[in-house]
Amino acid sequence: MYNYDQFDADFVRERVAQFRDQVGRRLDGSLTEEEFKPLRLQNGLYLQLHAYMLRVAIPYGVLNATQFRQLALIADRFDRGYAHFTTRQNLQFNWPKLVDVPDILDLLADVDMHCIQTSGNCIRNVTADQFAGVAGDEIEDPRPVAELIRQWSSHHPEFSFLPRKFKVAVSGAARDRALLKAHDLAIRIVRNEAGETGYEVLVGGGLGRTPMIGKVVRDFLPKGQLLAYLEAVMRVYNAEGRRDNKYKARIKILVHEIGVEAFQARVEAELRAIGSTSPGDELEELARIAAAFDTVHYSRLAPRSEKFDAACARNARFAEWARTNLFTHRVDGYAAVTVSLKPVGGVPGDMTAAQMRLFAELAERFSLDEIRVTHAQNLVLPHVRLDDLHALWLELVDADLATANVGLITDIIACPGLDYCALATARSIPIAQAISTRFADAARQAEIGPLQIKISGCINACGHHHVGHIGILGLEKRGQESYQITLGGDATENAAIGDLLGPGVSAQEVPDAIERIVDHYLAHRLTDELFIDTVRRLGVDEFRAAFLGAQDEAA
Amino acid sequence: MKLLDRDGIRIDEFFRATAEDRVSHDRLIVPPDALEAQLSSREMRQVGVEVSNVASVEELARYFDDLALIAIVFPAYSDGRGFTLARRLRNAGFRGVLRAVGPLIADQFAHALACGFDEIEAPESIVDRQPFEQWRRAGASISLPYQQGYSRATSIFEQRRRGRQGECNA
Ligand code: SF4
Repeated sequence: MYNYDQFDADFVRERVAQFRDQVGRRLDGSLTEEEFKPLRLQNGLYLQLHAYMLRVAIPYGVLNATQFRQLALIADRFDRGYAHFTTRQNLQFNWPKLVDVPDILDLLADVDMHCIQTSGNCIRNVTADQFAGVAGDEIEDPRPVAELIRQWSSHHPEFSFLPRKFKVAVSGAARDRALLKAHDLAIRIVRNEAGETGYEVLVGGGLGRTPMIGKVVRDFLPKGQLLAYLEAVMRVYNAEGRRDNKYKARIKILVHEIGVEAFQARVEAELRAIGSTSPGDELEELARIAAAFDTVHYSRLAPRSEKFDAACARNARFAEWARTNLFTHRVDGYAAVTVSLKPVGGVPGDMTAAQMRLFAELAERFSLDEIRVTHAQNLVLPHVRLDDLHALWLELVDADLATANVGLITDIIACPGLDYCALATARSIPIAQAISTRFADAARQAEIGPLQIKISGCINACGHHHVGHIGILGLEKRGQESYQITLGGDATENAAIGDLLGPGVSAQEVPDAIERIVDHYLAHRLTDELFIDTVRRLGVDEFRAAFLGAQDEAA
Repeated sequence: MKLLDRDGIRIDEFFRATAEDRVSHDRLIVPPDALEAQLSSREMRQVGVEVSNVASVEELARYFDDLALIAIVFPAYSDGRGFTLARRLRNAGFRGVLRAVGPLIADQFAHALACGFDEIEAPESIVDRQPFEQWRRAGASISLPYQQGYSRATSIFEQRRRGRQGECNA
């Protein structure tokens, strides 16, 4: 956890007071609704289908138990007793009243939290690898950089009225678990040939109506020059990003239209105009931020745990869960545990306040007081002793939080869709529920192996459907929900946009359609070949033939 | 329109004119195509220019020494290009008055001042709804911003740096 200093704490309090004042001036008519809208959005407050929705920032997905309990309290007091984790490591409350929001923000500020820039046309909450500081393939922990960007982008005087939202992600690992290439701007900590660490900068990724994969604009930016570089990128985008069409306003369109080289040239020219910077100051600030993170006190443990091995041998269900939900920790004797928020037939990413309170306690008892939120809408207990895994699992079983499906076909990402979202063209939650019910059988899931299904309720693609191995996009055709299915998307360092399989299918037909694709895979895979690899080897066309052929038979 | 700055509502001493106007005012704001003519008319005047938010910094820079004021038009308050243009003009060395013209609201006062604007010319309908007191309050709502290098005396990053230096000296 990053610990706020007095400056950070005062800033967040002032932001709350400012918003309280804005709400007051909206209510007394000083601000029109049109004027108020961008102001409330920049504090995470949306007007949804049935009510307001408040999106809480969880910077780079890191929380402690005290914060988690506070979120549970807010869920009880101001929502209907539950909270919803999003695909950007944030959390949403669905039923707050406008007049209560300043009080909620104060409750958040009590535990060093806020809703700053979780929506609106500004630099959004920064996301990062959920296994930051834990993963063995990491060059450097990305969280200090993410925190530096959080601070620098907060209430930015120049970049708060951008053409469109601007999403930033950071990773310090070889494998991409942060969906870097689908962000407006992404930073990867890399090492150059001289052995120095610096930043690879990607720009222009994004999903939505025109999905694009981010492109490298700087392959090695020396440390200490990040904020100047970001300022240059943002200035070029703010000045030249399109404002005539909301669907063409993201930076990816600017980069696409003028070309990467022209974009780079503009950024470099802007850097020259900014003139001399002080890399030393930035390095010092970065070091200060890094030092303000809690030191995690690991014990010296053996790499293997007899207790864990014995429990696996004794209990097949536990062994199954351990096989799917554990991630190797860089420290001997520990594991990072992903806790699935995707029970069969449940709402992806939802958690009740009671579960949250229990979870906070488990984080304290078993995970050195730390919790992470993943962009796949799951939670992570990042530092659990192998010796403790079985005891933790028993507690999770009691709380209905022991679903053993991380990375499997029922670990579905789904946006809120038509059940909540004002922009939706179709439902997505019930589709996720129907698919996960269809594939509920654990043995079958294990046989299918890693397979990511991602569902969005409209072209905005909050459910990341483009980069799902199987993507599902809900549209509306002549008053009916119609679901387009794509195949071959990839959310890792090999990021790829899926290809459309054929005409849309109805809501009822979706589980059958998915089953046809899966059956084709099972019938044609090589030994141990993963779904995505079979798709790549055979090609989407072959799956398309199977998908369409079977569809004709069905007709 | 009403003009306001850090100290309150002000009387606008500039008069808007075109190339042909032979007005007796000694302070004029003209459109870009009238700038050459007014600057070369040899009368002792203060001349300002009103530009769109996509104006070229390079072209304006040729006149920096002669220009008393640059007014940047905000077509809508959600259009932040004017903030970047102001910043670029300041980076390029413009020291005259920078004015934001358009439907800005009180809550953007701090942004505008930080980016280098000195004054705001906003529609009466907005200033009537949002009297100066609201601009003053909104402008002061964040006492210390994070960002370094904007037109605020200091920043959080700067304060922390000073704190570190203090520690070293002690
Ligand atoms: S993808 Fe569309 S329906 Fe789903 S949350 Fe985003 S905007 Fe709403």
